[in-house]
Amino acid sequence: MSAPIDNLFGVHTQALGLWQRRSEVLAGNLANADTPGYQARDVDFRAALMHASGQSDGLALSTPTAGQVDPSAQAADKLMWRNPTQPSMDGNTVDEQVEQANFAANGVHYQASLAFITAQIRMLRTAITG
Amino acid sequence: MSMFKIFDTAGSGMAAQSLRLNTVASNLANAESVSSTQQGAYRAKEPLFAAVKQRVEGAVADAATVGVKVDGVTESQAAIPSRYEPGNPMADANGYVYGSNVNPVDELVNMISASRSYQNNVEVMNTTKQLMVKTLDLGK
Repeated sequence: MSAPIDNLFGVHTQALGLWQRRSEVLAGNLANADTPGYQARDVDFRAALMHASGQSDGLALSTPTAGQVDPSAQAADKLMWRNPTQPSMDGNTVDEQVEQANFAANGVHYQASLAFITAQIRMLRTAITG
Repeated sequence: MSMFKIFDTAGSGMAAQSLRLNTVASNLANAESVSSTQQGAYRAKEPLFAAVKQRVEGAVADAATVGVKVDGVTESQAAIPSRYEPGNPMADANGYVYGSNVNPVDELVNMISASRSYQNNVEVMNTTKQLMVKTLDLGK
């Protein structure tokens, strides 16, 4: 039963998990904006999504228990370090403006994925109720 | 819903920044404190931040969700200024009083930085809350 629903929502169910994951990472960056030596991180979204949807050819899916797919565990391997535009003396590479912008954009992308899923649900409901 | 972790992360940031604001308030309040000994003089305090990895349920320490913790509060090692004020009741045998080594300019800069960082974390929390509510409304 779950297979047709997965097909129905397309890549958006996985994308939702990854956007959420990315907002966690960015929240961590913003919280550590004043921590000496902290290096900002980010998710390579394209690679992580390819991985989550099983399209990458090189690496196997990591599953905490058999049959369960954990997008956060996969995304953890795909974390990149941010290249600082203005490095600071204390080794902190968080640029608050950059992180803020990314966080805002990430929220919009998350809502876009939600909107796609909502539209599919609505379509399905129309088909059911007539 | 693992989005609750963002609240923990942003919350740790807010707690750390509010502690920083607290030390600024303490430093500014004591900027004019005097003492009769060099050891007893007020020294400017500053919190030490460190990143802390939050554990997810289970064994795996999460590489990405990183909160902040306050590792401790350090005291400034700047020189303690001494003033010759024989009339001051706190003066020592030679007529000197020892003031604090608080630099008010540093403290004001710290205050602005702390309040901006606090606001950033509040913004993160607000956005996350909105996204969670939208997720709960899915399909309505």
